Amino acid sequence: MKKHSQRAWLFVLPVVLLVAFNALIPLMTVINYSVQETFGNNQFFWAGLRWFEEILQSERFHAALARQFLFTFTILIIEVPLGVIIALSMPRRGLGVSVCLVLMALPLLIPWNVVGAMWNIFTLPKIGLLGWVMNNLLGISYNMTVSPVAAWITVIIMDVWHWTSLVVLLAFAGLISIPDAYYQAARIDGASNWAVFRYIQLPKMKRVLTIAVLLRFMDSFNIYTEPFVLTGGGPGNSTTLLSIDLVKVALGQFDLGPAAAMSLIYFVITLAVSWMFYTLMTRNES
Amino acid sequence: MARVALENLSHSYSINPTNAADYALKKINLSWKDGGAYALLGPSGCGKSTLLNIISGLLVPTEGRVKFDEKDVTALSPEQRNIAQVFQFPVIYDTLTVYDNLAFPLRNRKVPEEGIKQRVSEIAIMLELEDDLSKRSAHLPADKKQKISMGRGLVRDDVNVIMFDEPLTVIDPELKWKLRSKLKELHQEIEVTMIYVTHDQTEALTFADQVVVMQEGEIIQSGEPVDLFERPLHTFVGHFIGSPGMNILPCHVKDNVALFYGHSIELEGPIIRSEGRCEIGIRPEHIQLGTNGIPAVVVRAADLGQHTMVQTLVNDTGVNVITDGKPLEAGTEVNLCFDPRKTRLYSESRIATAVAQ
Amino acid sequence: MSLELKNVTKIVGVETHIHPTSLTFEAGDFNTLLGATNAGKSTLIRLLAGLEKPTSGQVIWAGQDVTGVSPQRRNISLVHQFFINYPHMTVYDNIASPLRVAKLPRSEMDHRVRETAELLQLEGLLARYPDELSGGQQQRTALARAIAKQSKAIFLDEPLANLDYKLREELREQLPTILEKRGTVIVYATTEPTEALLLGGFTALMHEGKVTQFGRTSKLYHSPASLTAARVFSDPPINYAHVMKEGNLFRLDDINWAADGSASSLSDGQYIVAIRPHHIAPYQTKPSCVRLEGQVQITELSGSESIAHFAVGKHSWVSLAPRTHQYLVGERHNFFFDPEQCFFFNAASGVAVEESNHG
Repeated sequence: MKKHSQRAWLFVLPVVLLVAFNALIPLMTVINYSVQETFGNNQFFWAGLRWFEEILQSERFHAALARQFLFTFTILIIEVPLGVIIALSMPRRGLGVSVCLVLMALPLLIPWNVVGAMWNIFTLPKIGLLGWVMNNLLGISYNMTVSPVAAWITVIIMDVWHWTSLVVLLAFAGLISIPDAYYQAARIDGASNWAVFRYIQLPKMKRVLTIAVLLRFMDSFNIYTEPFVLTGGGPGNSTTLLSIDLVKVALGQFDLGPAAAMSLIYFVITLAVSWMFYTLMTRNES
Repeated sequence: MARVALENLSHSYSINPTNAADYALKKINLSWKDGGAYALLGPSGCGKSTLLNIISGLLVPTEGRVKFDEKDVTALSPEQRNIAQVFQFPVIYDTLTVYDNLAFPLRNRKVPEEGIKQRVSEIAIMLELEDDLSKRSAHLPADKKQKISMGRGLVRDDVNVIMFDEPLTVIDPELKWKLRSKLKELHQEIEVTMIYVTHDQTEALTFADQVVVMQEGEIIQSGEPVDLFERPLHTFVGHFIGSPGMNILPCHVKDNVALFYGHSIELEGPIIRSEGRCEIGIRPEHIQLGTNGIPAVVVRAADLGQHTMVQTLVNDTGVNVITDGKPLEAGTEVNLCFDPRKTRLYSESRIATAVAQ
Repeated sequence: MSLELKNVTKIVGVETHIHPTSLTFEAGDFNTLLGATNAGKSTLIRLLAGLEKPTSGQVIWAGQDVTGVSPQRRNISLVHQFFINYPHMTVYDNIASPLRVAKLPRSEMDHRVRETAELLQLEGLLARYPDELSGGQQQRTALARAIAKQSKAIFLDEPLANLDYKLREELREQLPTILEKRGTVIVYATTEPTEALLLGGFTALMHEGKVTQFGRTSKLYHSPASLTAARVFSDPPINYAHVMKEGNLFRLDDINWAADGSASSLSDGQYIVAIRPHHIAPYQTKPSCVRLEGQVQITELSGSESIAHFAVGKHSWVSLAPRTHQYLVGERHNFFFDPEQCFFFNAASGVAVEESNHG
């Protein structure tokens, strides 16, 4: 028995090392930076909790955080119901299933910076398909490098286009696990389509939807590449989300201390909100 | 409540059925009385569930009609047919309470809350669920969940037929007989036509007034439980009903006498056919161990409490015997005496003797 | 060779799954564990197989302490209730897989696979894959793998529970013959009393994590040590009620009968009487039979047997009679039991009363 348990540790070791290098060591480094002030020539001075105080009081941070929440909640409100609706309308058997699944998976396979670049070109007023159609055919003035509203709408549509599929795939997995007998029983009970959704499909999808919401919350809350490539945070600061702001501070201004403090605050918020979602959505179980 | 009639029903799951093997059901004709309790009995794959789904309207038959009270319902959906069905695995609405589960079919039919309340509490008492009404149904044990599934069928007073598709599959053996008797009791109380599909003889024979035995998409025999046991018209029925089943022994017929390894066997009456493969059918209960009879060797004996089951060999053919005596040692030589009134000849699996006058 | 449990217990958290248990299973015997779901049968099998470690006590195999030795090193086979086969292998390869692991010479392996396949009537299916088989055939493949392995012990945890009853019947008849020949330790768990009787051999009755009685199956059936043992080993449930013995008379509500034979030696007082359903018949077999006039409540028919539930006063009784009987629900019907077939238990402890033991 003893021999076995030791061998088991050997199997776990690579993962332990990976997690250490991947998460623990960077996190320690960040904590270390967050309480110090640095100057160019690798000199460090103790700063205590000064950066945390400054950031929590700074209007720039508040604005970025507000934009971040607005963005995340908007895409959640669009993507989750839309994903469920698409999953519900997909065929459940036959050739159509694989065709739909492949089509749905396509946006997920595209690298994030490519998605940003694609949408950037797509929306250019002169040569982009969408930009040209909007401006020249429909006569709607649309230029996201000028109008903050246009920029916001574009960023949101891009995210919906890119990530709704994930919700669809998860919801679909939940749907096909429902035995036929449930639908047959509901038909016999005279249930309406709404009742079937409300009392059979939704409860059976709850687990996967919890996962979908959590994944989409964390991913969108940390989103960087796509909006950065698309708008660069502009026009002005209108689409500067938290992570974009963070990079500006850390790399643009090379303020490592404040940037580290900011990312820790950021991390705690993500953790807290994820936990809140999880507790709310699973509270009726056990 | 309704009479159910099936006329020339056949069904195939393939789009272009060409030969008989493509059909899951072959030319079914049945006519059932209003308020009766019926069972479809057969091994898995015999077509009994297909037949049930055609009656409930979940499947449309390839050919033939389904009639409720002379009205052709072949093209109607399950909800239009006003039927209820209980499935193999309990189907409950997880997020609802037991009360709301039972009320569900009534609310869908816009029955006033007053009426729902009365009906639900009636059914809950019948099913002994009255103490669970306010509980959420998701965490109840399987037998209660299955009772809820049954209850949703029973609350509606407009149902024509209630169908049961192997409803006791997930129930613990010790609770099975309780639920089995509960169902029988419910049928006597509410007198709706009920159709019960199962591969378990006890469930079928206990529940039904009339049992339909099916094999490979065909009805082999339909009759009262007692008849199926006492005088099976087909070797399959003899084998399938009773445990252990009827002994089916190879024989040949010469000068109107059935011979089993050279021993002439006295039958219940005159032989009416003897073409093709001939077999003798006799139940283990109807064989006695005596001093004169067919010589056999005991292979194994088991004390079953109320009686003893003896497995014997006559040449290479196994013959089961049920006796009241003590278990015999393996290797003991015995003589088998067949009760002539219960010994029958089967030709090509169908009964080939007539009852003596 | 034998497999022995010595004061074995299993406690998980605050729940006791197995109370102190000592049992010895001899190789070559057919041993059955009989009990309701959750009585602890599967836990006991897992302890025997080494899949779980006992909280206390020892597992002794052929004189050696094997507590804590992993199942891989014990050379055992285990057949589950659910058909477990390798889906990517043919039936042949499934049966052969443990022999390949044991590095058996090819010719001997082939011989053994074919021999086992013939035994379980799988000869024609050797080239098929598990998903091309019916449930019964899949379970026979799993059984064949366990048998071909020629392990020192074979454990079967309700192996027939998920099969059609006709197939169950056939396998029940064949299994003891097939397995006993192997000369290994056999432990078979079931919830069905009839199955235990058909399998013969020895039976351990289990109830709430305790072995209530262990011994020859037919002896257990004919002389239960306690009311619990009698109840575990009865399907339909055994009838039991409180009776008073006064002088030479037993009194059960308004029913009286003379204490005859061995029961006459019992001292006066209260007892529990238990009567097996098949000892209550809808007809009189002897003049000494006691009559129970009751109202038929529920009737059941299993083909070869008829069951009637009837009420006498506030008591409910069950009768099981061979062949078919016609009862009408609601009618009054006479039932009879033979007082010599009654079991008597101590009214307080439920332990069987030794009839020779006065007082």
